[in-house]
Amino acid sequence: MNVKWRLGMFFIAGAFFLFFYLIAAKNLPPWGHYRGPYGDVISSLSVYQRHATDVVNAIDYDYRGFDTLGEEFILFTSIIGVMLLLRDPKLKGGAAESDEGLSKTVKVSAGGLFGITLIFGLYVCTHGQLTPGGGFQGGVIVATAFMLVYIAENLKRFKAIASHPLMEVLEALGAALYALVGVSALAVGLPFLTNWIPLGTTGDVLSSGTIAVISASVGLEVATGFILLSYTYLQDIVSGREE
Amino acid sequence: MLAFHLIPYAVAAWLFLCGLYGIVTSGHLVHTVISLVVLQTSTYVLLLAVGFRWDAVAPVFADISPGVVTVDPIVQALMLTDVVVEATVVALLLAMVVKVHEKAGTLSPDDLRMMRG
Amino acid sequence: MKIAGSFLLLLIAVSGFMVVRTRDVTAQTLALSFYGLLLAVMFFFFQAPDVALSQIVVGAVALPLIIMLAIARMKHKEKTKSSEGGQ
Repeated sequence: MNVKWRLGMFFIAGAFFLFFYLIAAKNLPPWGHYRGPYGDVISSLSVYQRHATDVVNAIDYDYRGFDTLGEEFILFTSIIGVMLLLRDPKLKGGAAESDEGLSKTVKVSAGGLFGITLIFGLYVCTHGQLTPGGGFQGGVIVATAFMLVYIAENLKRFKAIASHPLMEVLEALGAALYALVGVSALAVGLPFLTNWIPLGTTGDVLSSGTIAVISASVGLEVATGFILLSYTYLQDIVSGREE
Repeated sequence: MLAFHLIPYAVAAWLFLCGLYGIVTSGHLVHTVISLVVLQTSTYVLLLAVGFRWDAVAPVFADISPGVVTVDPIVQALMLTDVVVEATVVALLLAMVVKVHEKAGTLSPDDLRMMRG
Repeated sequence: MKIAGSFLLLLIAVSGFMVVRTRDVTAQTLALSFYGLLLAVMFFFFQAPDVALSQIVVGAVALPLIIMLAIARMKHKEKTKSSEGGQ
């Protein structure tokens, strides 16, 4: 089947899709006139029920927490999949290329940005229940901070951080912590993933019970996961092959 | 007026078909993966359009009083996790592409089919 | 507001098509990064700051980075293979 045939199939399938999509779109709410009741109900309730001012995170880590647990394990298993596929046991430890051809200016400014990025990432991780942010976004920001180490120093330094066994332990711990928070509710005699930790004062960093704990554990999982991902791709270039 | 209300839904359908067109005509496996990313963004446009409301604010009550009319937070929660999980799934697909490149030495889907025969 | 929103959506429709049309994968990755940033602006405009933040860090930075690393890895493999073959 060459490209011409595939294009023909595409046009037939696309015509069918458009036909049914247009029928469906006719009954969708007009743009900018949301009419479902659920969004309004949850918006008005979450501040009182969960003491969390960011409703999106309250839904993600509490009301819809079981679903997010599944999403986090999709993330966890795909990272394991990448590592299984790309890790080569024959690779030896030493770094083949030690210095990159980057200018001094880039290196110095990347070194200065490392601390700022790391702190900003941790801030986003821990303030998810109050302002836009949370574990998913903060985790990626923390991971990019470690990519700045690669720019500021060299591959060797990045490898020393990313290939440390602790990285894998932390990744597994991030995934396990989420499940453990869910199980801990069973220990107190409540259903799985119930928000049983005292809710605290609305607007405090330590408010909203399990939402803050789960957000932090997701942040740990995502940050270490992305560092491991980028290291796995770099590995072949970083290490020399054993003869 | 009806045409105006359909703009975001039309853009969502357009992005879906663009991504599908890219996958169908792709001659390079990395190009296929990136087309899949474009296809997936059509769902973001659709979800955002369903939950949007003119003259409403974001569902963050840090600096507004409870009871103010907001846009729908549920669709945003759906998108939020998807954006990050999508990146790792793309990483998994690319790992398979790297393996295909190692084993077959080519990245064109058409050449791969010829090798099997 | 309505005109700006429609304009943003049309801009996304055009750039999404352009990302797919770009056939060189390295150029396409950069186009994807720009497209991700544009999507983040749209999320911000439509009152979704949480999603905008995650789209900025993932769609505009992390995703292109991973694709670039995969391309670099394949290029590196080709280079070592051809140098071994030459010996």
